[in-house]
Amino acid sequence: MGDYVLLAISCILVNNILLIQYLGNCPFLGTSKKMETAVGMGMAVVFVLVMAGAITWLIEVYILKAFGLEYLRTIAFILVIASLVQFVEMFLKKSIPALYKGLGIFLPLITTNCAVMGVCLININEEYTFMQTVVSSFSYATGFGLALVLFAGVRERILLARVPKPLQDTSIGLVTAGLLSLAFFAFKGMA
Amino acid sequence: MAKTITQEFTKGLWDEIPPFRLVLGLCPILAVTKSVENGLGMGVAVIFVLVFSNVLVSLLRKIIPSQVRIACFIIIIATFVIVVELLMQAFAYPLFLKLGIFIPLIVVNCIVLGRAEAFAYKNGIVASIADGFGIGIGNTISLVALGGLREVFGGGTFYGMSVFGPSFQPFTFMIEAPGAFVCLGLMLALMNLAGNK
Repeated sequence: MGDYVLLAISCILVNNILLIQYLGNCPFLGTSKKMETAVGMGMAVVFVLVMAGAITWLIEVYILKAFGLEYLRTIAFILVIASLVQFVEMFLKKSIPALYKGLGIFLPLITTNCAVMGVCLININEEYTFMQTVVSSFSYATGFGLALVLFAGVRERILLARVPKPLQDTSIGLVTAGLLSLAFFAFKGMA
Repeated sequence: MAKTITQEFTKGLWDEIPPFRLVLGLCPILAVTKSVENGLGMGVAVIFVLVFSNVLVSLLRKIIPSQVRIACFIIIIATFVIVVELLMQAFAYPLFLKLGIFIPLIVVNCIVLGRAEAFAYKNGIVASIADGFGIGIGNTISLVALGGLREVFGGGTFYGMSVFGPSFQPFTFMIEAPGAFVCLGLMLALMNLAGNK
């Protein structure tokens, strides 16, 4: 049990997917202008990532490894993720239309969110067991959501500040992300 | 066709240079630019995938139904990414190890999918090749520029060669994650400054 807690902490804080491993930065900059979309995006990623992590692990072990087809990993994983995203989209459209509208274009974009694909590949590379895969997927996704929400909070404040013209929008966003990343960087000392 | 082939090629080098003009494909650009060598390797891999997927998408654009086009694009791109992955394993193994999971992640690089959707699906094959090369080379220039900046200040070397001599204290902030964000943000600001004149 202690191992799982340690793994979770390492995935959420020490190896934060967004700020330390640099995965999933496009939605990070795109959906972080408003708090609501940030929360929605974070939740969508948690849901998709846990399912994708579990399913890709099963596919890797029982299909790709069993038949020696590891070189097809990329194509198999991306198809699984794409169909999952489609499913989540239909589910949200039916049951939570308000959230569906809020997420807008960014929900289909989870397909090309490298955080999802990246975590699935990390799980395989680290040779995690099934339980470890589920825990790490959930923690990485939580870390993603945490960073996204923190960043959205900062960004809402930046709107009120007077930013020099060339630095506006994405540019100041990246510099802010750098400072936030510095804060997360300090967790490395814990490990 | 309103634009010539040369124009399709050169627009990727400045007017639409990724990731500065098109804010797409940020993750690989932040992650692999710890050194010039990594940036260059990644850039070449992306050029390969971009050009070949552009060609195939352009050839098949009349056959692919528009409802399922994204799925088709992804399969085409994934195929070429696997080709690159296997080629790098065979001929550039040390670089393959350094780039790690960012090679398979080219498949979810928005630049490649973006060009397939925005350009190759609507244009002929020659224009698509030019576009692929233009955007790909533009992307490589950005990767090398950012990689160079970070390597020179973070490690005191350029492409493995020492720049400042042995007395230089490396500014390791630049090599680590926070430096990547700040550096890219400032470069973006410089580009805006240069472009607004």
